[in-house]
Amino acid sequence: MKRFWTYVFIALILAGLVSIGLFAGRFVVYLSMRVLILSIFALGYNLLLGRTGLLSFGHAAFYAGGAYGLGLISIHVTTNPLLGIIVGVGLACIMALVIGFFCVRHTEIYFAMLTLAFGMMVFSLIWNLREVTGGDDGLVGIVRAPISLGFASIPITKTSHYYFFVLFCFILTVALIYLIRRSPFGLVLSGIRENDRRIEFAGLSVRNYRLAAFVISGTFAGLAGALGALLESNANPFSAHWSHSAEPILVSLIGGIQTFTGPVVGSVVFILLREIIERFTQNWMLWFGLILLIIIMGLRGGVVGGVAQLFRRKRSHVAKSGGNR
Amino acid sequence: MLESIVHVCLAGLSTGMFIWLVASGLTLIFGVLGVLNFAHGSFYMLGAYFCYTLLGLMGDNFWLGLLLGPLCVCVVGFVVERYFLRYVYPLALPYQLLLTFAFVLLFDDLVKVVWGAGSIGSPTLPGLSGSIPILGRNFPVYSLFIIGVGPLVAIGMWALLEKTWWGRIIRAASSDREMASAIGVRVPALFTAVFIFGTWLGAMGGGLAVPYVGLLTPGMGESIIIDAFVVAVIGGLGSLKGAFLGALIIGLLSSFGTRFIPTFDMFLTFILMAAVLLWRPQGLFGEAA
Repeated sequence: MKRFWTYVFIALILAGLVSIGLFAGRFVVYLSMRVLILSIFALGYNLLLGRTGLLSFGHAAFYAGGAYGLGLISIHVTTNPLLGIIVGVGLACIMALVIGFFCVRHTEIYFAMLTLAFGMMVFSLIWNLREVTGGDDGLVGIVRAPISLGFASIPITKTSHYYFFVLFCFILTVALIYLIRRSPFGLVLSGIRENDRRIEFAGLSVRNYRLAAFVISGTFAGLAGALGALLESNANPFSAHWSHSAEPILVSLIGGIQTFTGPVVGSVVFILLREIIERFTQNWMLWFGLILLIIIMGLRGGVVGGVAQLFRRKRSHVAKSGGNR
Repeated sequence: MLESIVHVCLAGLSTGMFIWLVASGLTLIFGVLGVLNFAHGSFYMLGAYFCYTLLGLMGDNFWLGLLLGPLCVCVVGFVVERYFLRYVYPLALPYQLLLTFAFVLLFDDLVKVVWGAGSIGSPTLPGLSGSIPILGRNFPVYSLFIIGVGPLVAIGMWALLEKTWWGRIIRAASSDREMASAIGVRVPALFTAVFIFGTWLGAMGGGLAVPYVGLLTPGMGESIIIDAFVVAVIGGLGSLKGAFLGALIIGLLSSFGTRFIPTFDMFLTFILMAAVLLWRPQGLFGEAA
């Protein structure tokens, strides 16, 4: 019965997402795309933070890897986004492999500082290698040409068309992350978070598992970057800055880092709140600082964790009163 | 050529001493409390803004501003530690880092609300403004003054930690929290005191920056905190001696880098940081654990 309602819930959400693409106005569609792209970024990121327990300040570099990979292909080689996305995601994946190889030697604060250092190295290269990356201007004029598959071509020039492509990527990401979390591999990751000694005694290479989680999360960051570059039709150097790495962390934390849906819920809250707050005041960071404070001081399960707890309390209350009778 | 190298060295020294002023508080707080404080850059920024305002209020008496401004920031530091940070010490690292990060967002925007989003030009100092010729080229007096202040702060902190009763208690609490509290040290109160002292150092750096950087911007804390992180890491997290030498290295590296290979100047800094973390995580001057 519970499973049935879960399916109904998923179907409703899917129907909602599709109808946004079909009926909503341009601005809503644009905002939804930003939510979906941030969700992809955060879902991948949370595999590292929530599952493996590693705090990275360098994932903006992989996001930028995806964005610049796509941008360079689109400007110099072909405007077909499919090749651009493949190259962008591949670039992010390779970057994550190389950087991760060094970073997973440490954990905790040293890991955070190492990822910060590597991330800022990528930022400084993007910032200073003007001839390749456009320096502080970034790469501008990335066009959303139709995706040609050889036998068919899918137009994504219109915002609503592109929305369905982003939605497709989002569903793919959700499904993949879900499968990864449920797999033996995913279970080992949460084992590492709880007790890495024990995993090591069980004969598994903790370092390799951490590296794998790092590469997977970096790859999804690259996908988010490539989609983001297509959406904004530019690649921005500040997307590689460490402060951009804070975004998936904030989002995961708002939604709840120990939950699967946390990063998605967090992304919705993040983008919507920012949009609403910016209507009234320029100072949305102030409000986010406050929200973050509240979550860290009192609501560590995030929104999803908080709601789940509320339900559980209600249920246990019901169970208890039933027992009394 | 020689003159230009001397000047590049001097510029590097003054940059380094600036970063040291900020990194010293950061390192002290990390060494004792075990928290890497992102908000330390905000204290630097607040120090600068408070000094600037007090400077205006009190008729351009820079020294009085420099005395009172950081004290105001100390109150902020007290609130941050006593009512927030204290409760996250037992939590996992991400929560501690993100709590301090929340304060970065908060203070950045508060400064925008109070002082405006644009940058503010700061007044120059009578007496220490201007420049004197060194080897035929002019060098700002204020930078020389900073080069002098840095080592003074270092000596002061060394004397405080090594020669006084307070220093002994702080060192005891930082090497073994439980043991210190077992022999009667009020560790929570000590932590608050150390955090306030660290805040004061950061705010002092900000106050001294007012005539130096010339422009006050709401984001000024964010750029310096990364430099301070780099310095603290290179010297070995928690080591004051390391942070001092690390600041010298980074200052010189960045001024020579800007002069000779501007394209890779920032890159060099971070590659040094990564290299130290990978091969000597205890820091260039730390002893192996």
